Amino acid sequence: MNKSTPPAPTRDIKVIVNAGLQRRHAAERRFRAYGLLAVTLGLAFVVLMFANIIGKGYPAFWQTYIELPVTFDPAVIDPEGHRDPKALENADYAVLVRASLRKLFPQVEGRRDLRELYQLVSSNAPFRLRSEVLNNPALIGAEQPIWVLASANVDTFVKGNIDRTLDESLRPLKDQEIVWIDQLQASGQINQRFNTILFSNGDSREPEQAGIRGALMGSFYTLLVTFLLTFPIGVATAVYLEEFAPKNRWTDIIEVNINNLAAVPSIVFGLLGLAVFINFFGLPRSAPLVGGLVLSLMTLPVIIIAGRAALTSVPPSIREAALGMGASKLQMVGHHVLPLAMPGMLTGSIIGMARALGESAPLLMIGMVAFIVDIPKGLMDPATVLPVQIYLWADLPERAFVERTSAAIMVLLAFMIVMNGLAIILRKRFERRW
Amino acid sequence: MLFYLFVTLALLSLSGYYLGRKRAFAVAGDHIRNLHSLPSYYGSYTALWCGLPALILFTVWAALQPSMIIELVVASLPPELRNLSPGQLNLVVNDIKNLVSGNIVSSTPDAAILAAVDHYRHLQMVGNVALWVVVLTLAIAGIAHGWRAISPTLRARNRVEQVVNLFLITSSTVAIFTTLGIVLSVLFESMLFFGKVPISEFLFGLQWSPQTAIRADQTGSSGAFGMVPLFTGTLLISGIAMVVAVPIGLMSALYLSEYASPKFRASAKPALEVLAGIPTVVYGFFAALTVAPLIRDIGTALGLQVASESALAAGLVMGIMIIPFVSSLSDDVINAVPQSMRDGSYALGATKSETIQRVLLPAALPGIVGSILLAVSRAIGETMIVVMAAGLSANLTANPLEAVTTVTVQIVTLLTGDQEFDSAKTLAAFALGLMLFIVTLILNIIALHVVRKYREQYE
Repeated sequence: MNKSTPPAPTRDIKVIVNAGLQRRHAAERRFRAYGLLAVTLGLAFVVLMFANIIGKGYPAFWQTYIELPVTFDPAVIDPEGHRDPKALENADYAVLVRASLRKLFPQVEGRRDLRELYQLVSSNAPFRLRSEVLNNPALIGAEQPIWVLASANVDTFVKGNIDRTLDESLRPLKDQEIVWIDQLQASGQINQRFNTILFSNGDSREPEQAGIRGALMGSFYTLLVTFLLTFPIGVATAVYLEEFAPKNRWTDIIEVNINNLAAVPSIVFGLLGLAVFINFFGLPRSAPLVGGLVLSLMTLPVIIIAGRAALTSVPPSIREAALGMGASKLQMVGHHVLPLAMPGMLTGSIIGMARALGESAPLLMIGMVAFIVDIPKGLMDPATVLPVQIYLWADLPERAFVERTSAAIMVLLAFMIVMNGLAIILRKRFERRW
Repeated sequence: MLFYLFVTLALLSLSGYYLGRKRAFAVAGDHIRNLHSLPSYYGSYTALWCGLPALILFTVWAALQPSMIIELVVASLPPELRNLSPGQLNLVVNDIKNLVSGNIVSSTPDAAILAAVDHYRHLQMVGNVALWVVVLTLAIAGIAHGWRAISPTLRARNRVEQVVNLFLITSSTVAIFTTLGIVLSVLFESMLFFGKVPISEFLFGLQWSPQTAIRADQTGSSGAFGMVPLFTGTLLISGIAMVVAVPIGLMSALYLSEYASPKFRASAKPALEVLAGIPTVVYGFFAALTVAPLIRDIGTALGLQVASESALAAGLVMGIMIIPFVSSLSDDVINAVPQSMRDGSYALGATKSETIQRVLLPAALPGIVGSILLAVSRAIGETMIVVMAAGLSANLTANPLEAVTTVTVQIVTLLTGDQEFDSAKTLAAFALGLMLFIVTLILNIIALHVVRKYREQYE
């Protein structure tokens, strides 16, 4: 029984495999590390951007004020002594502001120096005094400390964003202005408060008076138009394509169209809006109505696609049961399928709205980039939207505007987070697994 | 004014609904089953008769009234004003409109214009009163008609459903009309442009300086419309973006779907997708104010000439923006590869990375290519980042440290601000838009086709 054992090749393969094993495992670890690195990098970008913007923007939520010892001189405000509201309104309050600044710094003389002194406070300080007087005419003749808005340069300096060691010619504040500010700070006549102006004012050329209220209202009206148009049309289209449309060439064309529209660059929609709504139909430029129309065309595909997905997730048994009970097709959809698909459709619409809120390129085309101080009050008023306001402010060189831009971005991002969070909650809360 | 009419109309329709329903109960006699449809359908039938014709008339009237009034006002102007050139006449009409809405006009208006303003106001009032009367009459007539038509044999449900069906079909055609609108408007203006500038010069010209001379003797404003430098600029920036986005996006998709624990994946994937939700204007701000100065400082430290609006800065930030597109699209594609293929590779003793490189990637390649193409089309059409961070002058260069301009930047700069609508400069923007539309459309069609083909392969 001489069985010859076959040569053991296993040993050889083992050797070969073992020889390469270390290298292969190293390659494996390397590849894994690359993957982890990529994810980390991506996440790092997210953190970096948020940190960068929040770091730049959070000081904008505080604003510097200066306390002026104002003497409400009757000779200036109301020389005739009638307390006539009209006269009170038209009086020259700038004189009072200048007088109180001179009182704070009696040593300052010479036109040049005085002009610099007057520039410590914002140009809206006289209006502040006026509203004080109109609210309380008894002030006339009295002396009262009033906190007025500091100018943007003072504000930037107080926040530590102007380097005092820099050469005088390289910074926006002169040496003596810094001395005055230091003096005011020492006597507690400069403080910082929560910046309500940011949320209550429209745009302005003066950074300390510029706010995002106008842009927020513009965004609101624009999105209102967008929602009122896209939601019904989007839902109707989704229902038609998913529940009623016959499978033929025409519906195929519609489907391909919708998918392509979802990928058309947004700026092309702006060209469409300019050529059709403004030049052909003669609608006014800069109006939220036109902006809303353009954004509707842009978000419609998003809502249709989300709506169809929501409809397909409703099981066919529901439809069959409804039809079996004698419902018409429209009753089946209206009473059963649509209510069940509604949470999904709403989620899709909110996400579409969030995208429309952040969109700015097509709105540049239809004139929503104008400098608009007034807060829009309707669909036809000239307006701008929050992202476009950010774009406009980002172009301005003043440091104070950089701060405000970042603050506006924070507000925009907060809205995005709220909207997307709402969508997620809606999905979690109403999602049904069949 | 019009808003109140709208509300009144809605209220009338509502009362039409109740009247119709009541009428249905009344005609049903002793039992409701005598009716063909449910009573609410009779109500809706009446409400539709009330609201729909009135609403259509209302819309048409409101759209036509302003131009009709202007027509009448112009016709009533004294002949010396009426015979002005169209441009001047337009100014007069604008003055009148401004006076009507109570705005300040440039010059003190003369008697003829003031008379025209009064005439305008009068016509406006007459028009509005007439609109109210006609619309409300029509609405009430509609209710009456619907109410009279109601009988137990009236097929109210079918009628109402017909109307709803019509609404559904009309809605679904909006997408078609949008595409048509885009194509026609862009094409029409481009044709006008190509009438002024030959198409060959536009497609192959190497010079882009859209300043056309206002006077013949002006220098430095010859007006050159060659789009090659714009497209190379666009490609340069998009190229840089893809160099950033493809490796990071693809590798993170691979890591998240093949290596990461479900817990890590569940938190990292949405966090990465935050990048896709950030508005592009924010990226633009980040690129212009943080990344571009940073790159310039680094460049100066290395002794390199870096433009302050370098293509590199815009490209890098655009790449960050595109990471989530690449990663989530490739994630879908990678997950579509059947598990059996991975198992087969593991059974042969391959390590995970070998499986990914030799089995998974080749199998998923078409899908990945498709998703990269989609990302490229996204990068080409991206506007805000480049408007804020890229340059304005058209340089024909491949150096990422220099400033280049892109198609979208030029469209924006040509079309913002006041422009007359027949100059080659404004029309050029539409020609560029047409090119952009065509290029992205082709990329999308190819990408969608590839992705779909690939999905079918594994289904």
